[in-house]
Amino acid sequence: MKYFRLIWKNAWRKKIRTSLTILSVFVAFLLFALLSAIGFAFRGGVDVADAERLIVIHKVSLINPLPMSYMNRIAATEGVASVTHASWFGGYYQDPRNQFPQFPIDPKSYLDMYPEFTMPTDQIQAFERNRTGAIVGQDLATTYGWKIGDRIPIQATIWTKADGGRTWEFELEGVFSSDDPRSSTAVLLFQYDYFEEARAFGKGTVGWYILRVESGADPIQVANAIDLQFANSPNETKTSTEAAFAQSFMKQFGNIALIVTLILGAVFFTLLLVSGNTMSQSVRERISELAVLKTLGFTDRSVLGIVLSESVLIMLLGGLLGLGLGWLIIQGLAQQIGSFLPGIFLSPKAIVIGIGMMIGAGILAGIFPALKAMRLSIIDALARA
Amino acid sequence: MSEILARLEDVCRTYQKGREKVEVLHQLNLEVPKGDFVAIMGPSGSGKTTLLNLLGGLDKPTAGTVNVGGAELSSMSNSQLSRWRSTNIGFIFQFYNLLPVLTALRNVELPLLLTDFSSSERVKRASIALDIVGLADRARHYPRELSGGEEQRVAIARAIVSDPALLLCDEPTGDLDREKADEILRLLQVLNREHGKTIVMVTHDAQAAEFANRTLHCDKGTLEARVAA
Repeated sequence: MKYFRLIWKNAWRKKIRTSLTILSVFVAFLLFALLSAIGFAFRGGVDVADAERLIVIHKVSLINPLPMSYMNRIAATEGVASVTHASWFGGYYQDPRNQFPQFPIDPKSYLDMYPEFTMPTDQIQAFERNRTGAIVGQDLATTYGWKIGDRIPIQATIWTKADGGRTWEFELEGVFSSDDPRSSTAVLLFQYDYFEEARAFGKGTVGWYILRVESGADPIQVANAIDLQFANSPNETKTSTEAAFAQSFMKQFGNIALIVTLILGAVFFTLLLVSGNTMSQSVRERISELAVLKTLGFTDRSVLGIVLSESVLIMLLGGLLGLGLGWLIIQGLAQQIGSFLPGIFLSPKAIVIGIGMMIGAGILAGIFPALKAMRLSIIDALARA
Repeated sequence: MSEILARLEDVCRTYQKGREKVEVLHQLNLEVPKGDFVAIMGPSGSGKTTLLNLLGGLDKPTAGTVNVGGAELSSMSNSQLSRWRSTNIGFIFQFYNLLPVLTALRNVELPLLLTDFSSSERVKRASIALDIVGLADRARHYPRELSGGEEQRVAIARAIVSDPALLLCDEPTGDLDREKADEILRLLQVLNREHGKTIVMVTHDAQAAEFANRTLHCDKGTLEARVAA
């Protein structure tokens, strides 16, 4: 720390050059923060997936429904501890832009299946009692300012009612939350019984089943056993782990992780060239000063450390500013589009990786100039000065 | 006879210049007693600066031994020499070699960064050194805001701040006019006489050499003694 003033002053020797370098680092890490958060949102379902939960969908596609009668047969399969179901409703609130997931579910078995969603017991009971009741996640309640007791009209885009109406009205009975910031709570859940009774078509079907395997049971074996019992039927199934299901769902949007990696790779390669050039110039300009430091008694290692620290400092200055602004933008985005792209979040892991990249890039950019400074011959450098 | 601070015995220094070997110092012998102020004069290329570099542990002899303050420099590693220089030698250069990004006070503080002194202690000692050279009021000024004479005074303060026994001055007045040069030389005399610093000064200037206790003439890699007037 006692060298900090020296390192700081040297870093700002050429203010415009250093500012421009910091700006390029800033832009790179701003991009890193935004792309990480977007990548995280697309990967979110995979990260929070429970290894003991399996998803059963129609073998043709997720859009094709499965018979309700499968419920008991799945529950009776060896290795299955519990089972529930959900369906895609696909409505919107007030305006077609206000889209978020809505699932008709069986309250008791669904909430038992997802213990990570927490809600006061009285709200759970009120939801179970009210056939037209609904519960929403805290994210959604915050976005639309909903309070318990509010009536929420949802316009159906798929499921018209038996009376021809498209407006489904729910009474808000509870708000659930999740302690895991990676879990999206931008979802509305309502009673399947009401859905089944009121919809115009598709009766006796569900979208997909979710099951929990017994402790110690092999999830792959259980999945195979379920698919086997519905093989050669009109509604064959495809059972996968929750993570695999989330991954295949995510791949509908393309290989986001690869796109993010390629963009960031190009940005950081350019960044290394820019900052490496800055450090080389900076060291070339003060060869005699570095020789003076060595004359005064600074060891080769100290000089190496001073130059490397300067390079890392520039990276940290730009990088932390970039991450900071990125975090603010992501907070804003989460408010604006959180229900459309739930789970958009700059994770602590991404922040740690970002800081690691700043230090790594600083060392890479500074290592050659620093080695040059370290190997500097005092006599030659002073003679040239 | 007073105690010998620096002793060079049969020192040779040869440089490789392409395929040719150039012998800059040839079996040179020198003794510098503690408290001495020695001026070394001689034509360019006579080996004056090489001699100073050997005394300061910046260079090693090809043959012979260099002993300063009881330390045998020829056998020390580079990192040992760095640590040794930080406490035993003060360097004063012709072109001051101050760091332009630091104030006078922070330039003087530089050698103390290599010590275990606290920040406040470092500042206190650097302030005292600046006071000794008469620049206490210029502590917050950057080198670009100082005259040449003032810059050299700051360089002297930096050289004495860690209280080394030996000051090595390479043409300390070479970049100054007569008046400023004499001020610097009088300051070196004060450091020698009142603060007991041993000084070895390389100079081309005969008038500057007159401020020393004795003058040695360096020519073709050997030294010849001349008693100062």
